[in-house]
Amino acid sequence: MKAKVTVMPKKSVLDPQGVAVRDAMRHHGLPDVRAVRIGKVMEIELEHGDEARLHEICRDLLSNPVIEDYELQVER
Amino acid sequence: MKAAVIRFPGSNCDQDCYHVLKNGFGLDTEYVWHKEGSVEQFDMIVLPGGFSYGDYLRCGAIARYSPVMRSVAAEAERGKLVLGICNGFQILCEARLLPGALIRNRSLHFICEHVHTRLENMETAFSHAEVTKSGGKLLTARTGLLLHMPIAHGEGNYTADAETLREINRNKQVVLRYADDHGAITGGANPNGSAENIAGITNRAGNVFGLMPHPERACDPLLGSEDGKLIFQSVIESAKKAAK
Repeated sequence: MKAKVTVMPKKSVLDPQGVAVRDAMRHHGLPDVRAVRIGKVMEIELEHGDEARLHEICRDLLSNPVIEDYELQVER
Repeated sequence: MKAAVIRFPGSNCDQDCYHVLKNGFGLDTEYVWHKEGSVEQFDMIVLPGGFSYGDYLRCGAIARYSPVMRSVAAEAERGKLVLGICNGFQILCEARLLPGALIRNRSLHFICEHVHTRLENMETAFSHAEVTKSGGKLLTARTGLLLHMPIAHGEGNYTADAETLREINRNKQVVLRYADDHGAITGGANPNGSAENIAGITNRAGNVFGLMPHPERACDPLLGSEDGKLIFQSVIESAKKAAK
C-alpha cells in the first residue's frame, strides 16, 4: 500500500516562505501572482495499511494541528 | 536537590546549561540522555537549545517522541518545574506541554543577536527572584524589568490562534515579550514576527516555561550580560522550595 500525505500551513497562519517565493515570482516577471503557500509531501510505503492508524500518525507526528492541515491519500 | 539537563541528538546548548547550573549556581546537575526512561529523581528539568534531530519534519517534532519525554510529561503533570530554552521551547510546544507553536521567522533569516525582553509577569516560578551581578549590583524581578539576552534561532515566530492568545493573556502565562530598549512592545522590537511579541510563556499551571532567548548565554559578565541569572535563580529557588 502506498500513502501520500500533504501537509500545508493553515490558511490562518502566516507562511513566510510562501510570501518570499511569491515576491520572487513577481520579480521574475509574473506580477499577478496573488499568493503562494508552501507545504510538504510525504510518500509512504507500507506492508499493510491501517488507515485509521495512519490518520492518527498524520495528526500526532506528520503534522502539527496548531499550525498545519494534512491530507491523506491512500493507494491500494 | 538535583537538576537534569536533557540531551537529544543535536542538542548544542546542553553544556552551557550544565555549566551555569553546576558551576554558576553550585547545583547537583546531571545530563540525561533522551533514551533514558525516567527523570523522576530530579527536582527540575531543563530542555536545552540546539537542533534536535536536525530540525527534521518540524523543530522539536521528533524529539517530542523521545523515550524520556514521556517521563518529562508525567513529571510536568505532577507539578515539577520544566524549563525549555529555544529548541527546548519548541519541543515543549510540540509535546503540547505549552500552547501554540514556533514557526519560521518572518524574515526567513536565522537571527543571532542580543535582544531586550520585558518581564510581563514576575509572579511565576521562573521570574520572581533577585540576583546579584558581579560588581554587587542587584537585579530584582519586577513587572516591566528589561532582560538583555541573546537569541539564536530560525524558527522562533510564536503562533497561536486568537482564542489561545486570549487565554494565555487572561491567565498571565506570558512571561516575556520582545521590547525596545525603553521597554515599549513595538513591531520594530519584534525580531521574528512572534504574535504579540511573545518571547516566553508558561503553561496554565505555571510549572512549565519555554522561552526563545538563551538565559544560559547571559550568566557571565564575559558574555556581555548576566540577566539570564534571574531566570535560573528563580527556577532553582522554586525547585528547592518544592523539594523540601
